[in-house]
Amino acid sequence: MLSVPNESEIIGDRVATLAPGQPDVTHGTILYLEDVTLSFDGFKALNKLNLTLDDGELRCIIGPNGAGKSTMMDVITGRRKPDSGQVFFGQNIDLLKHQEHEIARGMVGRKFQRPTVFEALTVAENIELTLLGPRAPWAVLKARSTAAERDRIDEVLTTIGLIQLRHQPAGILSHGQKQWLEIGMLLAQNPRILLVDEPVAGMTGEEVARTAELLVSLAGERTVVVVEHDMAFVRKIARTVTVLHQGSVLAEGSLSSVQSNPKVIEVYLGETPCSH
Amino acid sequence: MLFKTLFAGHERGGLIVMLAIVLMLLWVSIGNLAVPASSSWHVSTYTVTILGKFLTYALLAVSIDLIWGYAGILSLGHGAFFALGGYAMGMYLMREIGDRGQYGNPNLPDFMVFLNWHELPWYWYGFDHFWFAALMVLLVPGILAGLFGWLAFRSKVSGVYFAIITQALTYALMLAFFRNEMGFGGNNGLTDFKDILGFSITENSTRVGLFVASGIALILGYFIAQAIVRSRFGRVLVAIRDAEPRTRACGYPVAQYKLVVFVISAMLAAVAGALYVPQVGIINPGEFSPLSSIEAVAWVATGGRGSLFGPIIGAFAVNYSKTQLTTLAPDLWPFVLGGLFILVTVFLPKGLISLLGRRKKPVEESETMVINKAIKQETSVAADRKTEVL
Ligand SMILES: Nc1ncnc2c1ncn2[C@@H]1O[C@H](COP(=O)(O)OP(=O)(O)OP(=O)(O)O)[C@@H](O)[C@H]1O
Ligand SMILES: [Mg+2]
Repeated sequence: MLSVPNESEIIGDRVATLAPGQPDVTHGTILYLEDVTLSFDGFKALNKLNLTLDDGELRCIIGPNGAGKSTMMDVITGRRKPDSGQVFFGQNIDLLKHQEHEIARGMVGRKFQRPTVFEALTVAENIELTLLGPRAPWAVLKARSTAAERDRIDEVLTTIGLIQLRHQPAGILSHGQKQWLEIGMLLAQNPRILLVDEPVAGMTGEEVARTAELLVSLAGERTVVVVEHDMAFVRKIARTVTVLHQGSVLAEGSLSSVQSNPKVIEVYLGETPCSH
Repeated sequence: MLFKTLFAGHERGGLIVMLAIVLMLLWVSIGNLAVPASSSWHVSTYTVTILGKFLTYALLAVSIDLIWGYAGILSLGHGAFFALGGYAMGMYLMREIGDRGQYGNPNLPDFMVFLNWHELPWYWYGFDHFWFAALMVLLVPGILAGLFGWLAFRSKVSGVYFAIITQALTYALMLAFFRNEMGFGGNNGLTDFKDILGFSITENSTRVGLFVASGIALILGYFIAQAIVRSRFGRVLVAIRDAEPRTRACGYPVAQYKLVVFVISAMLAAVAGALYVPQVGIINPGEFSPLSSIEAVAWVATGGRGSLFGPIIGAFAVNYSKTQLTTLAPDLWPFVLGGLFILVTVFLPKGLISLLGRRKKPVEESETMVINKAIKQETSVAADRKTEVL
């Protein structure tokens, strides 16, 4: 028998200097998907998908309907487990070994396609519930809001521009404001990666512009992944664009390079994802 | 601000109802004990008992509102916890009879002698002590709710499915308690109580004592429920009610929250049942009937779900109408109840308490205007910021 040190031992050594739950990004990679496959009754929604995200980048993901964009987010956030493949957060944390709610705390935050805020609670209470802190029933029952928490709530509300509406029930917010509130709720959990699914659908032009501004300002400190069909919006914020098609990556690069890629043009049936 | 006034409204409404209960406790106790029967101010013992019964119904309604109004858990089997609490108290009252039963057996309740039993079943041990019975009033329903809730919430059973299985639970218990071999008096249940804590159960002062105890239990239950819904825990419950998957995604163990509040609610219902039994003088399997549980939910809906005090008003209003009507035309009651339920859902979806809010409409409108202004301001600030960036 050969005595080869097993993988976990090596990883154990390497992460010794990191706080638990902290990703190792010494190689600049914050998220790493390899050969991820997930099928629904034989239909491969994700098909050997490979994706690498650099720490702090802003990545746009585009692709036709049903390309697997939302499913990819399901896998990263632990909502669905893939049939095969690997998903790593940093070099050290295997996301497939974590539960959805563990991943949501400080690792990956996700904004769903349809905004869901807690309508009966106030704007500030919406943020309060998403702040990092105790989650177990008894601890929460005893919890009293601290000055630090109130400061953090104000900070988040200022970032998303809803500070004046803090005492309003979230139910009265406009569609765009709900989307921002939801982004704020993600920020409150202090995620390293922010996944944003179709943020500007149904927004007014002004709201779209503000959302672009907000997402750009968030990148750097965090890694932001935006799935969006609105190409005008993608152009506004895009650095690197990944095109998904039938569950795998079709092209990747700058917006102009993917737009001139013949495969991409073919997938979009000549209707290039851009028109302006 | 709208929300604040609404909330203040709730706060005010709750305080008014609590105050009304305190006044009722004073007025009825004095009217019964101190005012001579000849006076028109005298309150009959019959009225004391009826109102005491309503107070326990109101506590049951509060317990249902705590889970339905705030956590969105619709239990159509809460009568089961009420009845179990009642049975635990009934067992104590049976043991209190001692050798004063028809058969004069100091060790066995009458129905056991009648069944030719020679020994007290093990699960009757301890019930000759009040403290033990009181503990069981909380523990038995609490543990049952814990097991049941754990199974249901863990497998994410919710909504109509949950409502149906709670009906099944109470129905199954009813069938079980009907059986003589269960050792709870079968069809006849537990009755012929003599005294409680040494006080004769038929005595006026005992009646008033039980009535006041029911009122205090209701007030305490109300404030416990209010403390829960006003805490951050309560806000998590509301979050679960309105967007359960989102709450789960935020890292809250939703099933545990539902379990905790379900158990607390079951215990409140059980206390109500325990106070109900000595006042009506009997507990039988009929209390487990699925219809009773549905009626209790109707009180909550009628009064106003999600306010904690609305259900108290609902329990009194519906049951008062019921006592009035059942003396006039008992057969009509189910139709009236059904009709009432439909009317309330269609015209007063927020229950009777929304009638109280109606008066204040102009205020609310101005509040809405303030909010709209705030939003407009917010958007223009946003627009300014945008031009700055450009
Ligand atoms: N729960 C499911 N059961 C079966 N098939 C599913 C399920 N969820 C998604 N799919 C299928 O998987 C494929 C990928 O879906 P996904 O929602 O990831 O696409 P998408 O790229 O987000 O599309 P869109 O742009 O419309 O949001 C689609 O063909 C979809 O029909
Ligand atoms: Mg999608």
